[in-house]
Amino acid sequence: MTTYIGTATSRIDGHAKVTGTAKYAAEFNAPHLAHASVVGSTIARGRIARIDTSRARSVPGVLAVLTHQNRPPMASDDSAYKDDVAPEGAPFRPLYNDRILFSDQPVALVVAEEPEIARLAASLVRVEYHVDLHVTDVHRQRHSTFALEPVERLDDNPFAPPPPRGQPEHSLASADMRHRAEYFVPIEHHNPMELYASTVVFEDEGRLTIYDKTQGVQNVQRYVASVFELDPSHVRVMSPFVGGAFGSGLRPQYQVVLAVLASLSLKRSVRLVLTRQQMYGLGYRPAMLQEIELGINAHGALAAITHEATTVTSQHENYYRQETGWSGLLYRSEHARYAHKLARLDLATSCDMRAPSAATAVYALECAMDELAVALKLDPLELRLRCYSERDQHNDRPYSSKGLRDCYRRGAEAFGWSERSPEPRSMRDGTELVGWGMATGVWEALQVPIAVRIALTANGHAEIACATSDIGTGTYTIMAQVAADMLGLPLDNITVRIGDSTLPQSPVEGGSWIAASVSNGIATTAQAIRAELLHLAKAVPGSPLRDLAPDDVVLLDGRLVSKRDAAHAVSIADVMRHGGVDRIEQEKTASFHHTGAHSHNTHSAVFAEVKVDEQIGIIRVTRVVSAVAGGRILNAKTARSQIMGGVVWGIGMALHEETLIDHTFGRIMNADIAEYHVPVNADVHDIEVIFVDEPDGIVNPLGIKGLGEIGIVGVAAAIANAVHHATGKRVRDLPITLDKLQR
Amino acid sequence: MIGFQYSRAQDVADAVRQIAAEPSAKFIAGGTNLIDLMKQDVERPSRLIDISRLPLRSVEETASGGLRIGALVPNADLAYHPLIAQRYPMLASSILAGASAQLRNMASTGGNLLQRTRCYYFYDTATPCNKRVPGSGCSAIAGLNRMHAILGTSESCIATHPSDMCVALVALDATVHVAGPAGARVIAFADFHRLPGDEPQRDTTLQDGEIVTAVELPERGFSAHYTYLKIRDRLSYAFALVSVAAGLELEGDRIKDARLALGGVAHKPWRDPTAETALRGQPASQATFASAATILLRDAKGYEHNRFKIDLARRAIVRALTQAAAGTPQLQSSKKIA
Ligand SMILES: Cc1cc2nc3c(=O)[nH]c(=O)nc-3n(C[C@H](O)[C@H](O)[C@H](O)COP(=O)(O)OP(=O)(O)OC[C@H]3O[C@@H](n4cnc5c(N)ncnc54)[C@H](O)[C@@H]3O)c2cc1C
Ligand code: SF4
Repeated sequence: MTTYIGTATSRIDGHAKVTGTAKYAAEFNAPHLAHASVVGSTIARGRIARIDTSRARSVPGVLAVLTHQNRPPMASDDSAYKDDVAPEGAPFRPLYNDRILFSDQPVALVVAEEPEIARLAASLVRVEYHVDLHVTDVHRQRHSTFALEPVERLDDNPFAPPPPRGQPEHSLASADMRHRAEYFVPIEHHNPMELYASTVVFEDEGRLTIYDKTQGVQNVQRYVASVFELDPSHVRVMSPFVGGAFGSGLRPQYQVVLAVLASLSLKRSVRLVLTRQQMYGLGYRPAMLQEIELGINAHGALAAITHEATTVTSQHENYYRQETGWSGLLYRSEHARYAHKLARLDLATSCDMRAPSAATAVYALECAMDELAVALKLDPLELRLRCYSERDQHNDRPYSSKGLRDCYRRGAEAFGWSERSPEPRSMRDGTELVGWGMATGVWEALQVPIAVRIALTANGHAEIACATSDIGTGTYTIMAQVAADMLGLPLDNITVRIGDSTLPQSPVEGGSWIAASVSNGIATTAQAIRAELLHLAKAVPGSPLRDLAPDDVVLLDGRLVSKRDAAHAVSIADVMRHGGVDRIEQEKTASFHHTGAHSHNTHSAVFAEVKVDEQIGIIRVTRVVSAVAGGRILNAKTARSQIMGGVVWGIGMALHEETLIDHTFGRIMNADIAEYHVPVNADVHDIEVIFVDEPDGIVNPLGIKGLGEIGIVGVAAAIANAVHHATGKRVRDLPITLDKLQR
Repeated sequence: MIGFQYSRAQDVADAVRQIAAEPSAKFIAGGTNLIDLMKQDVERPSRLIDISRLPLRSVEETASGGLRIGALVPNADLAYHPLIAQRYPMLASSILAGASAQLRNMASTGGNLLQRTRCYYFYDTATPCNKRVPGSGCSAIAGLNRMHAILGTSESCIATHPSDMCVALVALDATVHVAGPAGARVIAFADFHRLPGDEPQRDTTLQDGEIVTAVELPERGFSAHYTYLKIRDRLSYAFALVSVAAGLELEGDRIKDARLALGGVAHKPWRDPTAETALRGQPASQATFASAATILLRDAKGYEHNRFKIDLARRAIVRALTQAAAGTPQLQSSKKIA
């Protein structure tokens, strides 16, 4: 029964959030809490020659100044620092030794009685360096990259370049028309509202409870236990609420290491909150240089695609994702070649950021498709329909479902696409040029093994527990909705507990995989609850359910009801009373068997309208329609919010976002949200979100695909294409600032 | 952030006395700029002298038909003050083009004049900056200088003054009232901010120990034909790439008098009398506007990343004068350019 699934249910944690009772990592208190402040390196590469902490230590109220020279012991092996989602390489170890790997890397930690004292003392630490030459400019490094080996089968390494198909060079040479161009997306930072923070509560026998800003409490728990060689049962990590993370919290961040270091050193509870500026020393979306070539034959079918990408990583780790293969999912082409190179820069390691790789790679692909359509004098939507692929060509298999055609159709209708006049600069509104652009989005419908515990009490209340987190997406709410429907209880009778490493196993919350995984986990566990109830119910003398199997009954309105005859029912309370129990508890793991017969993806079609002042070049994104095929929608309200958030971010990606690095100093110079621009309210106008029906009985029993990332994919391309349509100018390096329209 | 003392000034004389006694102290008004700079270790005052409760919060009419604005009038109050909105809408508009509603509630009139540049290097103590540490060098000249100045730069500094309000104030011929150890004096707005020269650490001509007590507006407000046009990288809440304050007095379609000032292009709000002279007596036409722009920008010099500002400024001047002449000023509530 679905009373709640699919409905527009308000967040069950909304009240706690707006009234301030929802606590974040930096808001937990402990007796004798000490406060820490980080000193960051001012150089990008080299070694620490000397650290003078004497002035800092002489400030009244300072408890300790920790450096690589006097810190408590940490594991010496690289493997100890490998968290669940670490890329290949040697993870960064905060305060480990004298090596400087990136600017603003922590070099000392001041711990004091008050945060202000810690910050003051931190400003008094003097560090001298042996400076080495650094390079932070991907353009300078583009010819000293290293290539990732393409794989035979993507299942072996889904992030490697896909295997080539056919004879792309030959086919391009004989194509009727070719388009080749280079596109660039700069480094971008996540900028979640909540600052990275850890509050480490030092308890009896050196047990630690750590309130941490993270997307994976169990990942942090394992990591901390491993780095400090602690008994894992002595480390508990909690993260009940997260003020956004967008991928930056998938890996444990350095503040948790430093806070634990200080706590172990002082045998005291410690809190460390990073400053907004220090947040730019964490991971980032790698800059991406891309060359795409498309060849097409006269009847509008793609002859060949080549996609070459260069992305950015650190000197010590190789972070990369599937950058080049998206066209193999979207567009039918017998011939294709993919190449992906990494450029090492003296920066922190890049990391996942909302729709990692798809946001950037599909931007380039969808601009290239638009350019091809312009060259062919073909409607851009029509070109996509002609090239539409029913199959995933990398794995040569069909999709479990693919509602993209519906997205194109319904998006176009809602937008009024058929009214578009094809010529660039042909639409205007007074002093403004009007442009309409569109693009496709694609993402993966992933799922991961996850355990859920349900405790059902005789009064018809249930507690659902899982170590996942809600990073602001609405996980609490969808878990409650699914549980309420599976257990036949009112939403208010459901309590959701997440964000605690002692709860049943969950991987990090990322990749848009939690909604599908945890919902099926709840269904699986609810099934076990139902079976146990039925077992008890059968023992009741004269039970109307005596001859039924677990699949013959459902939980409905606090009762166990026969599917065959709704009159045959017993209440949960009666069953439990007879059975002599007052609660039933079950914990089950949902795992997802991928047969390999189908590919699982979400899709979208994004339509954007821009208005550009002809004289000045100011760009306004006046309208966006995003039509999404994302399987079954669990909550119409939070789902819409996710997509809207993605669209807003896509506006930022298209027009505003760029991490500015001074390559002489190797430092990020716009490290605050006054100078790192993201869209403000004035930049956001009408956004319409459409979910097309996409029933999918293959992807998982509940047909859920996840929506966390699809909302951003394609948006920047739709806007860039609209800007071209408005102005006739093709800007191929983001963000599209007004000066680029003048060049 | 360093440790500092805190005291409150009892009255203007006390504020002057306190700062004269401790030259490393600083006044704090709204704190929206100073506190940020202190957190970044850019400003390191030994003491904050809190002037926010001094009785400098009124807007009063002067005998000569103008207005006297107390130095502590919040930016928001000033923008929405009925006399400002009626008689000096260019000023109101420029204030509303700046910062955010929250910041404008805190920011004071005096603090707005004395806010410091947003040059990235000025904010980052790990990099050389002549304005922060005289003699250390200017990192922006060969660095990230997209936001920087195109007029009046020097080899020591190419920073801009970031204020919007000040652009309207210089266009309106305002004056700045200050009090100091040597008594009170009045400074013409155009002389208040200075060019960097070889002393970029000095933003203004304010002397040690002086406090801004008021800003005075003369009678003429150009309220019929004015505009404040701000061009920035997003539609709100960003500093100006270029901004233009324009005021015209028309006789038929001839320009009888004109005011024209630019923001985001120099170390001070930029006003050039020769450009205004070129407008006077001319028809209010695109050609006139374009030639005024050419005159105003005749010495403009771009750097690696900000060359575009020269042409952008030219277009913005023409557009702003068009708006002013047509009596269709830029509305700050609308992000569409009028
Ligand atoms: C994120 C952000 C965005 C912003 N965007 C804009 C924008 O777009 N446009 C814009 O114009 N401004 C913008 N501002 C700047 C804002 O207008 C200034 O910070 C504000 O006007 C400063 O006023 P205050 O009273 O807070 O000054 P404070 O921070 O209190 O003081 C600033 C300086 O002035 C001195 N001072 C203050 N009052 C006096 C006085 N009476 N006499 C002598 N010295 C004095 C102080 O000692 C200090 O050095 C922005 C600020 C921020 C933080
Ligand atoms: S432009 Fe001025 S403020 Fe900026 S670095 Fe150079 S000297 Fe410093």
